[in-house]
Amino acid sequence: MPILTTEDTAERLTRLQEIIEDMLKEAKRQGASDAEASVGSSAGLEVAVRLGEVETVEHTRDNGLSVTVYFGHSKGSASTSDLSPGAIRDAVSAACAIAAHTQEDRCAHLAEAELMATEVPDLDLYHPWSIGVDEAIELAVSCEDAARAYDTRIVNSEGASLSTHFGIHIAGNSRGFIGGYPTTRHGLNCAVIGQDGDAMQRDFWWTTARCAADLDTARSVGERAAARTVARLGGRRLDTREAPVMFRAEVATGLLRSLLGAISGSSIYRRSSFLLDRLGERIFPEFVRIHEEPHLRRGLSSAPFDGDGVATRAKDLVRDGILQTYVLDTYSGCRLGMPTTGNAGGVRNLRIEMGELDRAGMLREMGTGLLVTELMGHGVNNVTGDYSRGASGFWVENGEIQYPVEEITIAGNLKDMFAGLVAVGNDCDFPGGTRTGSWLIDRMTIAGE
Amino acid sequence: MTDPIVIARESILEPAGLLDRDLDRLLGTLASSSVDAADIYFQSSRLQSWVLEDGIIKDGNFSIEQGAGLRAISGEKTGFAYSDELQFPALAQAAEAARAIARAGQSGSAKIGQALAERRLYEPLNPIASLSDPDKVALLQRVDAEARRIDPRVREVVASLVAVQDTVLVLADDGTLAADVRPLVRLSVNVIAEEAGRREQGSSGGGARADLGYFLIEDRALTFAREAVRLALTNLEAGDAPAGAMTVVLGAGWPGVLLHEAIGHGLEGDFNRKGSSAFSGRIGQRVAAPGVTVVDDGTLPGRRGSLNMDDEGTVTQNTVLIEDGILRGYMQDKLNARLTGTRSTGNGRRESYAHLPMPRMTNTYMLAGERDPEEIIASVDKGLYAVNFGGGQVDITSGKFVFSASEAYLIENGRIGRPVKGATLIGNGPDVLTRVSMIGNDLKLDEGVGTCGKEGQSVPVGVGQPTLRIDSLTVGGTSQ
Repeated sequence: MPILTTEDTAERLTRLQEIIEDMLKEAKRQGASDAEASVGSSAGLEVAVRLGEVETVEHTRDNGLSVTVYFGHSKGSASTSDLSPGAIRDAVSAACAIAAHTQEDRCAHLAEAELMATEVPDLDLYHPWSIGVDEAIELAVSCEDAARAYDTRIVNSEGASLSTHFGIHIAGNSRGFIGGYPTTRHGLNCAVIGQDGDAMQRDFWWTTARCAADLDTARSVGERAAARTVARLGGRRLDTREAPVMFRAEVATGLLRSLLGAISGSSIYRRSSFLLDRLGERIFPEFVRIHEEPHLRRGLSSAPFDGDGVATRAKDLVRDGILQTYVLDTYSGCRLGMPTTGNAGGVRNLRIEMGELDRAGMLREMGTGLLVTELMGHGVNNVTGDYSRGASGFWVENGEIQYPVEEITIAGNLKDMFAGLVAVGNDCDFPGGTRTGSWLIDRMTIAGE
Repeated sequence: MTDPIVIARESILEPAGLLDRDLDRLLGTLASSSVDAADIYFQSSRLQSWVLEDGIIKDGNFSIEQGAGLRAISGEKTGFAYSDELQFPALAQAAEAARAIARAGQSGSAKIGQALAERRLYEPLNPIASLSDPDKVALLQRVDAEARRIDPRVREVVASLVAVQDTVLVLADDGTLAADVRPLVRLSVNVIAEEAGRREQGSSGGGARADLGYFLIEDRALTFAREAVRLALTNLEAGDAPAGAMTVVLGAGWPGVLLHEAIGHGLEGDFNRKGSSAFSGRIGQRVAAPGVTVVDDGTLPGRRGSLNMDDEGTVTQNTVLIEDGILRGYMQDKLNARLTGTRSTGNGRRESYAHLPMPRMTNTYMLAGERDPEEIIASVDKGLYAVNFGGGQVDITSGKFVFSASEAYLIENGRIGRPVKGATLIGNGPDVLTRVSMIGNDLKLDEGVGTCGKEGQSVPVGVGQPTLRIDSLTVGGTSQ
């Protein structure tokens, strides 16, 4: 199964658009007062190699459609992987059967027509990669080779894998919205194992992009995976103590995710957020600006419209340290008496404005403390902000890394951690839709021996 | 119609017009001369869910997914393709793509085998149809009413009910022809309680491979509601958790997530074949204190983690992982068993037809010891008693693992003291069980809520253990 070509794409877009129109008509026919539907179709190739040999070659091909019907303010939904006309009818019937038993909810309705996206800007998200299986294997092998050659302490490997995916997503509703666009996403990652004495460590690195030309080189991904693995060897534990903690850029994204969890509309209307009733208040120091850029060209999280068909738009979530907005879809907005912010399905391309300091500067700013490079577990309580997670990283004294540390936890409360943010570095060096430098937090509890 | 093979044929093969000779041809295409093993996994899955919030049934969903995954293996190489179209041409195309892994092979021939005698750890029923939709709605409303009745501090109740029927059919060139019809139900309750401006949550729930009547027996659904409220109210009283290494007593049942993370993943056959696990090459060595016996048992009737057969058609079994403290065995699927010269232990599992199988746990638990749980708590001067947990995670290679307590109490002078906030516990898999100093006589399995994630694939699992005393474990609180 070859990757679909550009010529197929226009044809598929038209076919999927017809499926949406059929579903919406079918919903009306079965008595729904309103309906919305989406359909996705994707194909891809994934190859994994290990110790220089192919391990798996995987051809992926996924279809899915979902439909939500409204009978007044009662709704029901259904989804299926089958795009045949019979399956469409069955899906609509199943959604209607559900809606017969859900109860009236004044906020269960489509978005207001004037908020819906009226055009779909081209965000340059579609760059098919006509790489064959052999070439993909070669690239993955060269990535892993670079990692294995990097240091004699790299003794084993979990391998390298290359993936290329193509997809089309179309959505529409009974108030006239219909929109869709194709996207591509390619990636290469590598994970290797280092050994020092009896102890083994594993680490990885990756690159991902909408366009293959934007990927980091296979060699740099492999070498970075190896460098990260070797740096962890010889990890020690720490005594239990309080200290400043620096979250290296790629793990600082987790703190931004915790912020999003706390300001999402569903957390707010369910009163299950540690940032409840803080809209318009200072939750970070004054230098902090956090914003969303959904229309970035080739952005990994870019999207012209949200899950409700509402046009997405750039905005500040936090400005001058003050919470500017919750993150709302049509439903949660209605529950809170606010308009949707075009965030059904999430926030797209989140960034924090970066500071002046590079990584070395950030370490000097911290002086003595813990640099966290990996977090484990799910110990974040969205209701209270209590934070307790497993960590590994490096102990730092006088701005210099001293030795790797592992099998420790870091704990605090996100409200205090946000307020205690000392600096954000300009050292963003990882791929992904979210962009941030490292975060330095003034104080947390480290538990160890 | 209660023979799973008949159900699978009628619900998957016949609607797609697939005849036995089509299956022979597909298997023959996959099993070219340089292929060591080939299989086809057909699946049809139906799921219905209902969500209650603000006292009303707010949402419901019904989904149908079906497709087939086709795999050809040559040495350590696997070719894999899948299709959500089940007509012969789409499957033939997928078979060609999958077998391309074995470069020079000629088309082979293979015939589908004879079905084996089946076993019945659960009935091949459809739980979605086991209760009428109005009765499902009424069940969630009773859960909501019960949670709110218990205490006026309860402010929010979210409850959900999910029923799944998963029908699978496995054909392999080793003669495997096997089918399984797997029911799975789950009920979850999440409560927010508020007092004097402080808000805390509590969650509970359970599930089984059974019909929805499971939740009506002994008022099970209402018991979950009461438990969620109890947890939220307990958390309203909780103080800061301690920080540092200390004696920890783990309660019976769900705290068995310790075993899943600390040793379970590390004993999966793929990691050990590759030498990437902290347990690699340690069979026969002591990895736990005397008296510690841990098994992975896929044969418990009706349990969430149980399967009549795994996703490669291998009958599940009770596998001893650690016996009296000594590492005895790994969990294997067919591929890793073949490459390491052992036999599959019936642990080859996959999330769906669109995913490759790999060694996964089923129900992982520690056998009971002889101590009275009260005696165990009384033996601790100062420590932590942790009884409920959220999820966990492990780094297979370094052996470091975490699991997060959601209900815990200080132990002071042998007595259970004040509740403390949730905290993450961290340890090292290969040595944490060597510090088990007392094992309770109260083995309990969890309520049936566990989902395990590995390489992006989720599968339902179970855990269990008796009350345990661990002499030193690091507790990630804030209070020194």
